[in-house]
Amino acid sequence: MLKRVHFPTSALPYLLVAPQILITLVFFIWPASQAMYQSFLIEDAFGLGTEFVWFENFQILATDHHYLASFQRTAVFSVLVAALSMGFALILAGFAQRVVRGAMFYRTMLIWPYAVAPVLAGALWVFMFNPTLGIFPYFLEFAGITWNHYLNGTQAMALVILAAAWKQVAYNFLFYLAAMQSIPNSVIEAAAIDGAGPARRFWTIIFPLISPTTFFLLVINMVYAFFETFGIIHAVTQGGPGTSTTILVYKVFNDGFVGLDLGGSAAQSVVLMVLVIAMTVVQFRFVERKVAY
Amino acid sequence: MVEHRPLTAFLTHLVLILGVIAIALPVWITFVASTHDELRMNQAPLPLWPGEYFLENMKQTLFGSGLSGTESAPVWLMLLNSLAMALMISTGKIAISLLSAFAIVYFKFPFRMGFFWMIFITLMLPVEVRILPTFEVVANLGMLNSYWGLSIPLIASATATFMFRQVFLTVPDELLESARIDGAGPLRFFFDILLPLSRTNIAALFVILFIFGWNQYLWPLLITTDTSMTTIVMSIKQMLEAAEQSPQWNIIMTTALLAMIPPVFVVIAMQKLFVQGLTETDK
Repeated sequence: MLKRVHFPTSALPYLLVAPQILITLVFFIWPASQAMYQSFLIEDAFGLGTEFVWFENFQILATDHHYLASFQRTAVFSVLVAALSMGFALILAGFAQRVVRGAMFYRTMLIWPYAVAPVLAGALWVFMFNPTLGIFPYFLEFAGITWNHYLNGTQAMALVILAAAWKQVAYNFLFYLAAMQSIPNSVIEAAAIDGAGPARRFWTIIFPLISPTTFFLLVINMVYAFFETFGIIHAVTQGGPGTSTTILVYKVFNDGFVGLDLGGSAAQSVVLMVLVIAMTVVQFRFVERKVAY
Repeated sequence: MVEHRPLTAFLTHLVLILGVIAIALPVWITFVASTHDELRMNQAPLPLWPGEYFLENMKQTLFGSGLSGTESAPVWLMLLNSLAMALMISTGKIAISLLSAFAIVYFKFPFRMGFFWMIFITLMLPVEVRILPTFEVVANLGMLNSYWGLSIPLIASATATFMFRQVFLTVPDELLESARIDGAGPLRFFFDILLPLSRTNIAALFVILFIFGWNQYLWPLLITTDTSMTTIVMSIKQMLEAAEQSPQWNIIMTTALLAMIPPVFVVIAMQKLFVQGLTETDK
């Protein structure tokens, strides 16, 4: 943590940490504590007064079936986004790691979507699936499927999942590829001498050896699906039709800025904070384990 | 590859090429949309092959008055706003993280660990979970519709501080000892030895943070109401809404293309730094 050789105490270190601490206090700690405080308040219907109600906002949330449905929806959404993008990335990395010629080309062509903003990913996919003009609805019509994600909640959910997973493949691919390349060649060669073919080597050697990466990516993808997909939802469906794509982070925004239910929105924020803290703790415990390994 | 089997090699390349095509398809369709005129873009089925209107669409998007029937800033101004925001966020994050990591690693002072934990907490508070109160703070400080409001609330960063702490911890103690024997003070040591030593780490982090800054969406959406402060990424959403009345998909998709070109270019041109930055910050 601290260097064995270090500078003597003076006012300088305080000056050095001051900008970061100041910004943290003003824009992180203070707003977060405000959110916590507001989550204990209920405003009356006319916005004239507020009442301190302890945990009533949370009790309302716990019995609000809209909120519980949103929780469930978020779980389905994030599990499917993680499974889809990680599965696709795993297959691509498994093949890419065997390539010698053109390896750089494939890597470049597969990692660039990382740089596309979520809201842009949403715009691209909503254009491809535009019910009247889009390419995919046109072809789906031949298969007898009428595509309209403005009316069909399941189709809307499928669309945001596809857009969110598409953007995240790049990230997962990069980490899977790095993990596979760090497996010693001698292990793979030994298996080949024993007569294991490429598919068998992948499932019995490579896949178990990269399981720490899989776990790490699972956490990262869950955090991504929970928080960073706001732009996709906002651009593609605005949480609709009805509430069929209103995930938790969209609901916080919608209840707070559109519905102006400050106490309820703050209580939802606090629930989300607890979720992030839990995920961060899981991630850090895992990192410690990996260092030992 | 361990064995030489032409068939598996062929299959490998086939899967990879299909993967590349699947990943690139949305962007290809966007590109094609930006090369046709408005008339063609309103007839189903939409084209899959580029047309001849690319330069015209670019000109109209960049310097025209946006979509017909909407009030918005010209796209070149949005690009400048995005650039300013991305640069302020990335340089700001790097600057304050370098300083605080230096203080935490090289000085012994009261509350050192307290400060460290305070910085650590920011990792757990993404903008999305504290939007309303943070918005209030920024509004009270009078920072709405300004570059400061766009960037400063986002520049506290635990990950960057951690990364620099990690880098500084690998710097040999002998360097500091010899610098002190030669009479160098802390600031001299920081600027003449530590900064040059962490040059590549700074560059790698800059690549990641530039993309992070450029792609900000929710925050600029909340705090800018003045159209002259619009960033390119948030303009897409407004255009999609306008598309329901006047579907000028050629212009919308040209704008989308312009919004993704700078960060994608950064990834491709500085791929080595990008990969280094990504794997370093997330560990």
